[in-house]
Amino acid sequence: MALFTLTKLTFREASRRKILLAAVLLGVVFLVVFGIGFSVILNDYKAHTYRASASVLEQGENLILMAGLYAVNFLTVMMTVLTSVDTISGEINTGTIHTLVSKPVPRWQIILGKWLGFVILLTLYLIMMAGGVFLTSYLVSGYMPPNPVAGMVLLWLNAILLLSVSFWGGTRLSTLANGVMVFGLFGVAFVGGWVEQIGAFFQNQTAINIGIISSLILPTDALWKRAAFEMQTSISNALGLTPFSSSSVPSPIMVVYAVLYLVVALALGVRAFQRRDL
Amino acid sequence: MAENQSPAIETHGLRKVFGDKVAVEDLSLKVERGEVFGFIGPNGAGKTTSVKMLLGLIAPTAGTGFLFGEPLRNFHVRSRVGFLPEHFRFHDWLSAGEFLSLHADLYGIDEKTKKQRIPELLELVGLAEFSNRKLREFSKGMLQRVGLAQALLNQPDLVILDEPTSGLDPVGRLHVRDIIRGLRDRGAAVFLNSHLLSEVEITCDRVAFVKHGVVVQTSPLHTLMEEEILVEIRLRPVLPEVVSGLSQWSQKVEADGEVVSLSLTSEEDIPAINRYLLDHGVNVYALQPKRISLEDQFIRIIGMDGGL
Ligand SMILES: Nc1ncnc2c1ncn2[C@@H]1O[C@H](COP(=O)(O)OP(=O)(O)OP(=O)(O)O)[C@@H](O)[C@H]1O
Ligand SMILES: [Mg+2]
Repeated sequence: MALFTLTKLTFREASRRKILLAAVLLGVVFLVVFGIGFSVILNDYKAHTYRASASVLEQGENLILMAGLYAVNFLTVMMTVLTSVDTISGEINTGTIHTLVSKPVPRWQIILGKWLGFVILLTLYLIMMAGGVFLTSYLVSGYMPPNPVAGMVLLWLNAILLLSVSFWGGTRLSTLANGVMVFGLFGVAFVGGWVEQIGAFFQNQTAINIGIISSLILPTDALWKRAAFEMQTSISNALGLTPFSSSSVPSPIMVVYAVLYLVVALALGVRAFQRRDL
Repeated sequence: MAENQSPAIETHGLRKVFGDKVAVEDLSLKVERGEVFGFIGPNGAGKTTSVKMLLGLIAPTAGTGFLFGEPLRNFHVRSRVGFLPEHFRFHDWLSAGEFLSLHADLYGIDEKTKKQRIPELLELVGLAEFSNRKLREFSKGMLQRVGLAQALLNQPDLVILDEPTSGLDPVGRLHVRDIIRGLRDRGAAVFLNSHLLSEVEITCDRVAFVKHGVVVQTSPLHTLMEEEILVEIRLRPVLPEVVSGLSQWSQKVEADGEVVSLSLTSEEDIPAINRYLLDHGVNVYALQPKRISLEDQFIRIIGMDGGL
């Protein structure tokens, strides 16, 4: 099927353009830095909290791990947007797309084939990075957070959501405009998330509403908060205001909303690509 | 079977408007199988836009069109069509061989056929040694050649070429000419957009002239070339009344010193004119019939102001 031809092509492009190499090399560097940092901080922490209870120790381990995952989430977001933002609009702009769409192939296969290629790439990236953080934590201190799989699935969903939005944008906007749009939406969700978090702490309903609305505009921050909620200790979750958690946990309905958002963005992208002049 | 009878291309009133810009006003034409069809016109006349509508790259604002009897929207019919776009930009991180293999996959060509056909095509376009070279390192003409090979992967029944020789050296152009002949001999139709009229003159069976998105004239090439004969006569003495008497054969008589030029519709006029001149005491030193070139026809039909 032509769809898989495009998936393979996307893969080959990532490897030919040294994107794979750069991601793997820097990913390894990241994990090494994280591992060293983890063990240094943990030793220090143990020294200062002499005869600390198991739960206090776990609290520290969890905090470091969440910091690592926070960085992984951010890197995955960057990776997703930077690699995918040009893939449709760039080929339309140069006319490379002409030889593809004039083939006996329906257009939806071209766009979904590319999309699938990116999904696989990002899945591998996330498994390497988030999996690497879990593994590093386990090797350094034997610690594993609660619900690592659920957490990873939510981070993955976050990446695929942004990917689909960037595909949608790519069918209608220039590369730069698309990048500005995707990062702009991400920024709105990000700042809205903080407003909500602080607002929830002071029980300010307006601030909470702003957060909810920004999560509806793009539920990326909500997905991160839900992922954090899954993987944090119950103490962190009860305490509320750690940098990565939230006292207003996004409900599972927000996750469903994110999935719907993803599907609709992708469908709109496919439809726009089917119809537009090339 | 009706399928076998339907022409390679048939369009009725195809029209494309971008915003308030009419790119193609009314495209109605028919290209038969085994025919090499030249589509010529000034810059911005709507040639590329027309081709893109034929291939389903852009949707017509109005009108209908068919390839081999199938509506233009039907992507299946493109398995019988080869296309070389105007701006041959490809995935330049692929090698020539990989590039052809990719497009063969999109045509659904099986591995065995691919292995055999790709080297053949590279050979045909003169790129046999460059199979492993990245397209990024190709020159403009080499890209155009590999793009042409790409358009022939599926042994198409219709090949649409949008200025296939714009970047080619003389040998490359000769190759393209041979390839087009080969396609016609095989019974395939060729739709050729080109500004190189000398080439159109050599390769095409029929030409359509487009101007401002309208086909202003479609003619078989041979009638086009025989339609008009330009004659230059060197004579002495130049008697004004005798020269103006030449207007009985031609509406357009121009005198420039001793050289009088006029255009005729029939070869039989030439001896008659000669006799007329001698009978009126004018000596003829030279009488040269010139076949009028496609370029002259182009200027005549399109006019000097035809573009943009
Ligand atoms: N996407 C577009 N949006 C707006 N106008 C367009 C678009 N594509 C083409 N046009 C306009 O339509 C007209 C026809 O363009 P087209 O590319 O078909 O010309 P052409 O005959 O191929 O010219 P050339 O000989 O220069 O290749 C031009 O005036 C062009 O400006
Ligand atoms: Mg053109």
